[in-house]
Order: sequence, then structure tokens, then C-alpha cells
Amino acid sequence: MDAWKGFVGGAWENEINVRDFIQKNYTPYTGDGSFLAGPTDRTKELMGKLTHLFDLEQQFGGVLDIDTQHVTSLLNYKPGYLDKDRELIVGLQTDRPLRRGVNPFGGLNMTRKACQAYGYELSEKVEEEFLYRTTHNDGVFRVYSDEIRKARHVGIITGLPDAYGRGRIIGDYRRVALYGVDRLIEEKTKDKAELAASQPMDAETIRRLEELYQQINFLGKLKDMALLYGIDISKPATNSREAIQWLYFGYLGAIKEQNGAAMSLGRTSTFLDIYFERDLANGVYTESELQELLDDFVMKLRMARHLRTPEYNELFAGDPMWITESVGGMGEDGRTLVTKNSFRILNTLYTLGPSAEPNLTVLWSKDLPQNFKNFATKVSCDTDAIQYENDDLMRPIYGDDYGIACCVSAMRLGKDMQFFGARANLAKLLLMSLNGGRDERYNMQVGPEMPVYEGEYLEYDKVCERMAFYRDWLAKTYVTAMNMIHYMHDKYAYEKTQMALHDTNVHRYMAFGVAGLSVLADSLSAIKYAKVKAIRAPETGLIKDFETTGEFPCYGNDDDRVDLLAKEQTELFLAALKKTPTYRNAEHTLSILTITSNVMYGKKTGNTPDGRRAGEPFAPGANPMHGRDRSGALASLNSVAKLSYKTCKDGISNTFSIIPQALGHNESERCANLIHILDGYFAQMAHHLNVNVLNRETLIDAMNHPEKYPTLTIRVSGYAVTFNKLTLEQKKEVISRTFHEAV
Amino acid sequence: MKDLSAEVKGRIHSFQSLGAVDGPGLRFVVFLQGCPLRCMYCHNPDTWDPAAGTEYTVDEVVAKILRYRPYFGEDGGVTVSGGEALLQMRFVTALFTRLHGEGINTCLDTSGAAFTDAQIPLLEQLLSVTDLVICDIKFTNEEDYLSHTKGSLHRVLSFLSLTQASCVPLWVRQVIVPGFTDSESDVRAMIALAQRYDNLRKIELLPFRKLCITKYEALGIPFPCAGVEECDEATIASLTPLIPEALR
Repeated sequence: MDAWKGFVGGAWENEINVRDFIQKNYTPYTGDGSFLAGPTDRTKELMGKLTHLFDLEQQFGGVLDIDTQHVTSLLNYKPGYLDKDRELIVGLQTDRPLRRGVNPFGGLNMTRKACQAYGYELSEKVEEEFLYRTTHNDGVFRVYSDEIRKARHVGIITGLPDAYGRGRIIGDYRRVALYGVDRLIEEKTKDKAELAASQPMDAETIRRLEELYQQINFLGKLKDMALLYGIDISKPATNSREAIQWLYFGYLGAIKEQNGAAMSLGRTSTFLDIYFERDLANGVYTESELQELLDDFVMKLRMARHLRTPEYNELFAGDPMWITESVGGMGEDGRTLVTKNSFRILNTLYTLGPSAEPNLTVLWSKDLPQNFKNFATKVSCDTDAIQYENDDLMRPIYGDDYGIACCVSAMRLGKDMQFFGARANLAKLLLMSLNGGRDERYNMQVGPEMPVYEGEYLEYDKVCERMAFYRDWLAKTYVTAMNMIHYMHDKYAYEKTQMALHDTNVHRYMAFGVAGLSVLADSLSAIKYAKVKAIRAPETGLIKDFETTGEFPCYGNDDDRVDLLAKEQTELFLAALKKTPTYRNAEHTLSILTITSNVMYGKKTGNTPDGRRAGEPFAPGANPMHGRDRSGALASLNSVAKLSYKTCKDGISNTFSIIPQALGHNESERCANLIHILDGYFAQMAHHLNVNVLNRETLIDAMNHPEKYPTLTIRVSGYAVTFNKLTLEQKKEVISRTFHEAV
Repeated sequence: MKDLSAEVKGRIHSFQSLGAVDGPGLRFVVFLQGCPLRCMYCHNPDTWDPAAGTEYTVDEVVAKILRYRPYFGEDGGVTVSGGEALLQMRFVTALFTRLHGEGINTCLDTSGAAFTDAQIPLLEQLLSVTDLVICDIKFTNEEDYLSHTKGSLHRVLSFLSLTQASCVPLWVRQVIVPGFTDSESDVRAMIALAQRYDNLRKIELLPFRKLCITKYEALGIPFPCAGVEECDEATIASLTPLIPEALR
């Protein structure tokens, strides 16, 4: 076949096996970034146009336009362009750039509210269409128990994806480029025939048959979607431009169909490099042209949008899509998976300027080529736009062809999927345990009833005993809610395009989360090592405040006395979750990740024994509480590194901010020191690090003069945001975080 | 040499787990308590009192340090600073000896002004387990040194000679204080002085800052440099070319 001319053959030719194709054909690159090309004039002009649209979008309150007439799907819009004559890679979610579609499959009310928030009304047409349709949201609320509703209401479980797409599923979009859609349909058709012949024909088998039908159906729609742009993707891509275009169409189909919280891209740059290398060798494209193609692709990714409600934005600020692209890492055979294209994708932060999307994630290994380490850390210091995750930790578990969904969730591409959802508020769990299942803010009985903790002072053992009881209750409620959500999501909003780009037999994770870990750890430390007096509200008898006397160690200072309490709490919570079986026998996993929801979680949680006042934000993810990590940056990292990835397989997010002057005297020192920090942190089998190298003063200035900082990007918890897109409250919280600044 | 680590205790002001500007690479920094000098621009007046701080044994400090070994790489290690590190020479010697046993790079950050002649043998012993000396030279003539630090430049020069005799690589630093050490001739004099020592590897100019004002206020001590303006980056940038390139 011409499309594969020059490629080394292998198993990948006879089966869908992208990894095998990569391994047989990619060219590791250990050189430096001096080969990179800058933006072409065309790129600059298109990016100028796009920047103007981004500005307009901000001026319009965050949403440029909504198409309220059509329900988003693969074929419901006319083709859209940023600049039809000059675009190299085409395809928009709707018919115009930054115009958002409506996606009521997750929930009609959410869609209505989102339209209204920006001054639109959902059209009669769509309202009518959905009059006789059950949405995912309808389904879930038909079965939710009163207990789940209450837990949701008081915010002990928050962020349940019961009104929008669950997301966190990564289609293996590379398959579209390598095989063309016809071949994918052929393989799925074979799988379906095989399954149809199997016995017994039970509910799960029938469900899978219908899912395969839908997958095949949507692969057909994907081809038709590309044809709207005059492009036939039924056959494999034949060159670099086609490889990007085919792959992007796969992704575009997914985001037209689904409005999942995180719609991640996978691990595409090294795959694409194979096409790039072939074209470079044959003189088809020059370096500058290849960068231009990639720039055009990344511009498309930066334009991806979903319509959200303001409440959603409060949880996940900055209009994120989590178009996470995993870059680099090492192969199982010891060769690095860094290619020239790993440099090019990071280079888009220079050619197009800093940006929060795509969410560029460097898979770090101690064995990465030094030149790549140098380049990535330089990009970090210059743009604050990339995050790092430990390839040496994940590769033994997932192999060398996994990608990160959202912020920190690793999955084998095309082989694993996950049922994502929500976080349990551990600080609130402590308070609810003390108050006998009553919520401290609403004075509402949420969990099973028990007398309020008796005795003037909190005793560690007694508190732990009560927590054990309420933890089991919370975990069971949480798993039950998730089972209902994912049952209904599969039933009413199944990811047809994305699952078509998976193997037919997938491994499923059910990804649970916790928030407020550092508040809980410090509170338990206060109870254990200092004296904590319970203060009761006279009118309700509930414990509403605490008087803590004496010293206690705080999480974030590399002190085992408290760090191991944090670790223990994650282990206890996972064990409690595992007591309740999951829908479709998914594997229970746990993340310590809050995105920006730490602000909202704090708002919903009363005074805590660590001295945190009611309403104050939690620390994000697995971070120590702001200002309590007083032993310097590395001590703080060491504390987080003690949390076990084995327990928290869905990821442990840590955000690290340091002022440039504290990292070194000049750029080369700063990069070298950042490399040591990453090497040292990850050598301890820590999982993730967001890196910000900037001054607090810059952020304060940006808060007061947003117009001066249109592209200021900052890593928060597992993702990056354009600082200007945060609410004032979130900006203040980011500014209040620990900036390591010892000089 | 006899292992002193069990019995010798140090008075420590604080630890900084990430020191990126106190010697090569990433360094764990131990700030010792107690300083006999009273530099007009002192940034850490809370380290003066030799009776304050917390006592640690060498073992305790080494145990802390070992937690940071993964970050040290090839260049990094431990820097002992202060306060004045030479006030606790026995402790530092014992600590560095242990660290050398662990293969960890050691750096002594000092004024070089606080030792007696009787202590020279002990100082030589300390230098024998020191991989790098950073000496903050402060002022380059006896008169200024005495009036602005209450110490003696003569001592410092003896110290520098000892580092040369011990063949320990030397970095020299100076805080650039507007109106006091920021003229070209001041900096040239400092460079000339530093260049007398053939173990000199680097010269660093540090901008005078006033972030420490709150510390003085908390201690109820007047800050002698309260009226002096901060040194900006531009001044440092303009003075840096005076330093021979090989020493920057």
C-alpha cells in the first residue's frame, strides 16, 4: 500500500496495533532544539486572527456565540473555517470559530441554564426534539436515592458528572490516520460477528453488541463528517499533513459528539513524527513546513470549546477542555520515545505563544535525553504551561503506550477507559463524623444518625473510630452514585466515536477522588499531637469550632508524624471504596486532584481543627496547605512523595510554584536546578508536578491590569489556565498559595 | 579521625531544603545560630544571639539531609551558613566529616572573620572536609570593615590564606549597597583583593535588599540601613562586566 510505503512492517499491518507501528518505525532524537523553526508569516497572521477572536470572546463574557438551533453531533453543522483559503488543517466543532454547540444529551436543564447564562435561549426546536428523549441526567435522577441527593447537596460529594458528559476517555485517534476508517469498520464488524455468535446471550453481551453497532455507525458518520470538508478519510493517511488531518478529524468527531469534562488527545506527537521523518527524508516537507502544520493543528485544539454553566466554571475554572497530550517518556526497550516532534509540540508555546491548551504533559524519566530535559525545563521557566508526570513510575504498570486523560489519569491508549467522577470531601467527612452524620453548615442529617461527639477535647482514637464508620458510609454512597451515573451514561450518552477508537475488549477503571487531604491530615495531627477543644453551637449542639493549643506538625515539612497520617487516610478511603462492587466490574482507583474546586470545597466546609476557618479554600490536589510548608520547597515535595501511587492510581496532583530568583541566578542555572528537582522528586516515585516559575507580584499585577497579561498562563491543579479567565476569588486563592522564595 | 557526631551539638537557626543560590546545584542549607559581626545591612538579625535557636546532634542533621540526596545530582549538596558558621567549628567539622563519608558535597558559607589563632588547627581540619568555601568579603579596607561590621578584615584575609593553603576552591561574594559598595572602584578593589588567592573560582555580586525590615521590627532593633535604597538588578548587571569572565 502506498500510504505505508517506507514503513517497517509487522504485527500492526494485520491487526489494529499502533504501538507496534510506533516501535518499528520511530526515530528517537537525542539532539537539542536548534533544528526548530519559528512561525511562518501565514501562521502569524492566522494566530493574529485567532487572538482577536479570543479577545472578543473574553469581552463577550467568556462565550463568543452559541448555536441554539442544532444539537451538536458529527453531521449537524455546515463546515466551519478560521480562514478557509489558508488553513492547512481544517475542521471546527460548529460552522464558525468559537461558536459553541448545545449538547443536551447529558442534561437538558444544564443546557438551558448554560444558554441563559450568556443571554441566549435554547431553541424551541431543540426543546421539542428532547421532549421525548431521556437524557443522561434524567436517567440518573430517576434512580438517585435521597441519601445521594443530600450528600450532593451539602457538598460531601461534589462534581458528580450527572448533568454533562463524563469525559476522561481518550480515543486512540492515531488509528484513523494509520488505518483509515474503512479498516476500522471492518475490524469492528468482525468483532461484532464474533460476539453475535457467542453464548450465553446475556444482558452484558447484548449491551456490547448494541455498543458495537453504535461504534460502527459513528465511524461511518466520521467519514461523512470529513467529506463535508471534501476530505476522504476512508483510507490511511499518506503524508504528514494527512496524518494530522485524519487524526484531528477523529478528535473532532469526539468533541462534536461528547462534552465530557476532559477530552484528552493521547500521545500523538511521536506517532506523527514517523510521518514527518518520512516526508523530510523524501523532500516532501521542510522543517518550517512541518512546524507550520503542527502549529495549525494546535491552533485548532486551542479553539475547542464546550458550553458550560457558571456553576460548572466555579468547579473547573478557565474554560478547560483538558486536551492533554503526553510527550516524551521512555520505551520498554530502553530507547527514548522523545522524537523531534516532542520538541516541535513544545515549540508551539513559542511559535503561537503560551497557552493553557493543549495540556502539554511531559512524561519524565531519569533516562530522558539531557537535551530534552534542558528544553522542557526552559519551556517551563518561560511559559509555566507544562506539567510533568513520572514515566518511570507509570511505564511498569501501563507499558510505553499510555496517555494521560485530564490531568493525571494514566490509561493504555485504546485499551483502557475510565468511569470518572467527583471527589469526596475528606475534611467534611471528619466534621460529619464528629457531628453524628449531620452537616455542620446546613444542620441537615445526611449520614446515619449518631450522637454528637461527647467530651470537651478530641481524642485521636475516638475520632478515628467514628471516622471509620462514616468513611464506610460515604464510600458506599459514593460508589453507588457512580454506578448509577455510569449505567445511565452508557445507556443514554455512550461515547460512540471514542469507543470505536478503542479495542472491543477494554479494561475499565472507576476513578474516584478525594479533596481536602491536607486539611484532614493537619487536623488529625492537631488532634493527635496538640490539644483540640470542641466548641459547640448552643442552638444546635453541633461542633462548630475548635480551640487548638500546643504545637503540631503540618503536612508539607517532610515530617513522618503527619505525612504518614495523610498516606494512611488515602489507603483507608480506597479500602472503603473497594467494599462496594462497581458497575461493569471496573477497577476502583483514587485520585488526589481538585482542579480549582478546592476553592468551592473550602466554601462548603466549616471550621476545621487545623485552624482553617470556615469557607477558606483547601489546598489544591495533594498540596500542603498554603503557608504551612515552612521547610522549603524540597521538604514540601518530599511530603507529597510519600503518598503511594499504588493507592492513588488515578493520580496525585502537586503544584509547585517558585520565584525565578530562588531557582537560580540565570536561565541556565534555573533549568539545571529544575531538572534536579524533577529528577529528585520522581526518583522517590512521586507522580506529578505542575511547575510555575514566576513572582507573586506578577500575578497581583495581572489581577489589577489584566490587559497587560493576555496570555499569562499558570499551572493550577493538573492543568493550566489563562490567568485572566479565573474568577477574582480563584485568582486570590492562586496568589495566596505558597511561592517558594528562599534566596 | 575520631567521630565527634554523637557528642557534638549544633545550635541551628533553621533549615532550607531548597537552596538554589548558595553554591553549585541544589543545596540543603543549614543556617547556624549566632554571629559576632554586626553588619549594617545584615539580612538575618534573628541569627545573632548565640543562645537562641535549637540544638541538634550531627546525627539528627545528617538524617534530615539524607532525605534530600535524590535532588543533589552531581553538583549539589549541603551548604552550612549562618549566623556565622565558624562560631561552631567543631560541629561543622563533625557534620562535614559525616557528609563526606556519605559522599555528599560540602560548602561553607562564612564571613571568615570569626576565629582565633588558637583555633587555626581546628579550622584547617574543617577546611580539609570542605569542598567549597563561599566567603562574603563585605568591605575591602580595615576602616570600613570595622565601622560597618564590627569585625576585622585582617582576620578575613588570614582566613582566605588558610583556604588557599588548604587548596579549597573559593567563591567570593559581596553585597552591593548603594552609597557604600556600589561604585566601580569599590567593586574593582574587591575583585583585586579576591584575585590575590589562586584558589578563587568565582565572584558573585548580591544586591542589597530590605526584605529583612520586618525581622528588625519584630526584634525591636533599629535597622541601620533603613534609609539606604535597595540595589536594583540593573546596577548588578552594569557592575558584573568588571569581573573577569572566567570568574563570573
